[in-house]
Amino acid sequence: MKPFGYARPASTDEAVRLCAAGPGARFLGGGTNLVDLMKLGVETPRVLIDVSGLPLHRVTRTAEGGLSIGATVRNSDLAAHPDATEHYPALSQALLAGASGQLRNAATTGGNLLQRTRCRYFQDVSKPCNKRLPGSGCPAREGTHRDLAILGHSPECVATNPSDMAVALAALDATVHLLGPEGERSVPLTEFHRLPEENPDQDTVIRPGELITEVVLPPPVPGAVSRYRKARDRASFAFALVSVAATLRVAAGRVEHATLAFGGVAHRPWRARRAEAELRDAPATPAAFQHALIAELAEARPLRDNAFKVDLARRLALDVLGELTERQPARTG
Amino acid sequence: MTTQAPQFPGAPVVRREARDKVTGTARYAADRIPAGCLYAWTVPATVAAGRVTAVRAVDALAVPGVHSVLTHDNAPRLQEPDDPILAVLQDERVPHHGMPVALVIADSLEAARTGAGELHIEYERDPHDVTLTEDHPGLYTPEEANGGFPAVRNRGDVEKALAASPVQVDATYRMDALHNHPMEPHAATAEWSDGHLTVHDSSQGSDKVRGSLAQAFGMSPDHITVVSEHVGGGFGSKGTTRPQGVLAAMAARHTGRPVKLVFPRAQLAEVVGHRAPTIQRVRLGADLDGVLTAVSHEVVTQTSTVKEFVEQAAVPARVMYASPNSRTGHRVVALDVPSPSWMRAPGEASGMYALESAMDELASALGLDPVELRLRNEPATEPDSGRPFSSRGLAACLRDGAARFGWHDRDPRPAARQEGRWLIGTGVASATYPVLVSRSTASAHAAPDGSLTIRVNATDIGTGARTVLAQIAADALGTDPAAVHVDIGSTDLPTAPLAGGSSGTASWGWAVHKAAADLAARLAGHSGPLPAEGITTTADTEQETADESPYARHAFGAHFAETAVDAVTGEVRVRRLLGVYAAGRILNARTARSQFTGGMVMGIGMALTEGCGIDPVFGDFTAKDLASYHVPVCADTADIQAHWIEEDDRHLNPMGSKGIGEIGIVGTAAAIGNAVRHATGARLRELPLTPDTLLPYLL
Repeated sequence: MKPFGYARPASTDEAVRLCAAGPGARFLGGGTNLVDLMKLGVETPRVLIDVSGLPLHRVTRTAEGGLSIGATVRNSDLAAHPDATEHYPALSQALLAGASGQLRNAATTGGNLLQRTRCRYFQDVSKPCNKRLPGSGCPAREGTHRDLAILGHSPECVATNPSDMAVALAALDATVHLLGPEGERSVPLTEFHRLPEENPDQDTVIRPGELITEVVLPPPVPGAVSRYRKARDRASFAFALVSVAATLRVAAGRVEHATLAFGGVAHRPWRARRAEAELRDAPATPAAFQHALIAELAEARPLRDNAFKVDLARRLALDVLGELTERQPARTG
Repeated sequence: MTTQAPQFPGAPVVRREARDKVTGTARYAADRIPAGCLYAWTVPATVAAGRVTAVRAVDALAVPGVHSVLTHDNAPRLQEPDDPILAVLQDERVPHHGMPVALVIADSLEAARTGAGELHIEYERDPHDVTLTEDHPGLYTPEEANGGFPAVRNRGDVEKALAASPVQVDATYRMDALHNHPMEPHAATAEWSDGHLTVHDSSQGSDKVRGSLAQAFGMSPDHITVVSEHVGGGFGSKGTTRPQGVLAAMAARHTGRPVKLVFPRAQLAEVVGHRAPTIQRVRLGADLDGVLTAVSHEVVTQTSTVKEFVEQAAVPARVMYASPNSRTGHRVVALDVPSPSWMRAPGEASGMYALESAMDELASALGLDPVELRLRNEPATEPDSGRPFSSRGLAACLRDGAARFGWHDRDPRPAARQEGRWLIGTGVASATYPVLVSRSTASAHAAPDGSLTIRVNATDIGTGARTVLAQIAADALGTDPAAVHVDIGSTDLPTAPLAGGSSGTASWGWAVHKAAADLAARLAGHSGPLPAEGITTTADTEQETADESPYARHAFGAHFAETAVDAVTGEVRVRRLLGVYAAGRILNARTARSQFTGGMVMGIGMALTEGCGIDPVFGDFTAKDLASYHVPVCADTADIQAHWIEEDDRHLNPMGSKGIGEIGIVGTAAAIGNAVRHATGARLRELPLTPDTLLPYLL
C-alpha cells in the first residue's frame, strides 16, 4: 500500500471542499472495498477523506412518507431498521444477502453504492483491464467470465455491479442525493450507475468531488409486496450469480403495479422496464410472467460461459413473481 | 493444583494452547520480529513460460527503505535442493506463472511491497500449455504415483471380464485444481548468527525443513535450527519444505540481517502446491447380484515441468472392493503450471470421489441399495496385495451409519421427494485412508520437583498435538495429562517426522509412549529423592517402524449425506452429513471429532464450491483470494456429525490408533454428489456442483 493522506472532516461542506482541493482524493466510508482495492494496488489515492463520522448516519421518514437513509448508515443498521423491515422488506433482505455480518457492520450505504466490480481482471494489476486502465483491453471477454454480464455490456467491458442493496433500491425507485462543489443534486438510482459503453472506468454518473449524502425512498406503494432473492455459489459470503428484486400489487387477478430489477447481470442494477411494461395490467399468471421475462431477457447477449444466467434470471424472477402473487394481502371490494 | 482424576487416552481433553490462540498470544512464524528485522516481498513471474531477460531495479532501489533486490543474478547460489521447487532465484528460467523471480528486501513491509511495484522485469516468452485434456499428446505413464505406489497394477483380465459382465458402468469424472489455503499463509523469519541459521517457519515438520535448508545451503543440519511452534493449518501444503524459508535465509545471508517473508494470499496458490486436476475413468462390471467381476480405474492428471507429482487417485481402488479382475493406472502430462503436491488425502480424496460415484451408478443400474452393494463386495483380504487386513471396519461403519442416519427408510427412486421448492435426496459413500507411521525419537524427563516433561519435535498444525501427546505420556506414566509438560515444535528437540499422512500422532506417540513407559519403569525402580539432574529416558522407534507390516492397515469410514437442491436456482445445500469411522482407538474424543468434522467440511467444499481453473491466456490460477475461491462458510454446514466404532487392532502401535486427519474428506464429495443425483435424477460427473451445472437438469 502506498502512503496516503487522511482527513476527517467535521461537515459535509468541508468534506467536499477537501475533495476538491486536488486530484486523487477518495471518500472513505466503511472501507470494506476501497481499502481492499488499495491493498491490491488498484486504488492509489493521494488522500482519504473519512466521511464515516459525518452526521449522515440517520434513517428518517420524509415528509412524503418515504424514507431518507443517510450515506453513512451501516448496512447492518439499515437491514434491521423497523422502517426497512416493515415497509421495504426487499431492501432489508438484499442487505442481509450481502457480504458477511462483519462486513455489513462496517459497510455504509454510500460506500455500498460505490463498490466496484469483483471482475478478477479488474482486481489484478498485472493484467489489462479497460476499467482500471482505459484502453488496455478486456481479457474477461474471452477469459474467466462466468460471473460477469449478460446484459448491457460493451466490447470494452463485461463487468457486473456486485451490490445487492442497489438492486433492491433500483426496484424501489430510490433517489441518490449528492453534494458537490457546485451544490446539491439528485439522481434516480436507476440512472446513477452507468452501462460501460466506451468508458467503463466510469462506474456511475457521480462528478468529481461529489459526495453521496443520502438515499431517499418514495413512500411504499400501498398494497404492494416486495421481495429480494439471490442465487449464489455458497450459502453466504458470495456475490450474486443472479439476484432479483421485485414489488408487485395484484387486484382482481391483474397486475396493477410491478417493479423488477436484476443483480449480477450487468454493469448496473438492471431495472427490467420492458418486463414491467409487459406485466402492467396483464393477468397475474405464470404464463404472463414468463412472457414478460422472456421479452426482457431477449436482449441478453451472454458470453461463452455465462449463458446459464439468462435461464437463472428468468427462473428466479418467475418464482419471485409467483411468490409475490401468492402473498398479496387480502382486499375487500 | 489439579484435583482431576487421571484421564486416559480417549478422554475429551481440551487443547492446551486453545487459550493462547483465542487470546492472540500464541506465536506463529511471522510473529517473530528480531531486532533489526528486514521484510521481504516476492515478485512472482507474470508469464507462464520463458526467461527473465532483464531486471531493472533502479526505481525499486530508490524507494525509501528498500535495502536490496535479489534476483537470479545476485542471489546466493544454492546446492541442488532436495525438492526442485526450492531452486528459487537460481536461473532465468520461468517454468510457470507465479514462480518467484525477484525478492525486494526493505526496512518495512510497505517499502518492500512498494519497491516490488517499481521493479521492471522483462521476459522472453515461450508459448505455454496449461490445459489438461484426457487425450493430451504429452500424457505418459510414470513409474510411480505419489506415495511410491506403482503407477499401474493389473490383476486378471479386466477387458474380458467387463465384456462378460451383465451389468456395467463406464463413467468419467472430472475435477479442477483444489487449493489448500490454510488460514495462516506460509511465512518464515530467518536469522544468521555466527554461521548458525535460525528459521521460524510455518511448516508441518521442522526437521524436514531443516534437512532441506541444510541441503540447499550446503550446511550441516547441526548449524540450523528450525522452529514451528504454532502453525495455522497446512492441509499438506506445509508438509514439504516451501520456498519461504529458503528465500528468507538467502535474503538474511545477503543483507546480514534477520529477514521476514510472508507469502500474500494472492501468491500462495502458485508456490505451495495444489491438488492436481484429474480426469478419471472408472469402469465396473458386476453380476446380477451386484458382485463385482471387474474394477478399472484410470486416472489422467497433470504435473509441472519442475517436478513429477502424480496424484495417486487410482490407488484406493486397490484397497476397497473384492474383484478378481482389476486395472488401476495413472497417466500424467507435464504442463507449464505450478507444481501440484499434497492436499488433504492426496489420492484418496480425488480417487474415492470417482470410485464411490461409480459404485452409486452401479447400485442404480442394479436396482440395489448402495449400502448393500458395498457390503456384497467386502473382500476377505486386501484385493491388490492379498495381505490380510489388520482390521477392516467398513461394513460396521456402513451399518452403524445407516442406522444413525435413518437410511433404511429411504425411497430409492430419484427425484421423488420435494419440500417446497427444495428437492431432497440422500447419498452414501465409503471412505478409506492408509495407516502410515514413521520413525520418531522422544525423551521423557522426571525432575526432582516431581514435574514431568516430554520432548519431541512434533508439530501442532491445529490438531492438538501437545494435548494428545500429554495424554499418551500420562497413560504410560499413570498420571494426569495436566501433570505432563510437552515441548514440541523445534529442531532442538528429539528428531521427529512431520504432521502429515495422518501419521503424526502414531509416529510421535509411539516414541513418547516408549520413553514414558521406560521412565515409569525407572521411577518405579527408584527409591528416595530423585538426583538433582532428574531422570531422563530417550526412545527411538527405528526398529519398531523399520519393517513393513505383514498386514494391510487402513482406516475406513462411511459418509451419509442429505442434500436439498433448489429446484428454481440449482443451489445445493447439505442438510445433514454424517460420518462413521473405524480408525483404531480414538485418543481424544474432542480433538478427533474436530479433525473428522473439519475433513467433512472440506469435503463439502470439494463437492459444492471449490475448484480453480487456469487462465489459458495468462497461465495463472484464476481465483486469487478467498472471495473467489469459495471454501465453505458456516451457513454451508448444517448438521454435521462424526461418530466412530471401537476397534481393537493389535497390529498398529502401542496406542492402537490409526490416523484421523484426512479420512473425513475421503468419499464426502461422492456422498454429496450421490445425494444430489437422488434428489434430482441428474448424474453430474464433474465437481464442484455449482448452480450452473444443475440448471440444465431442472424442470
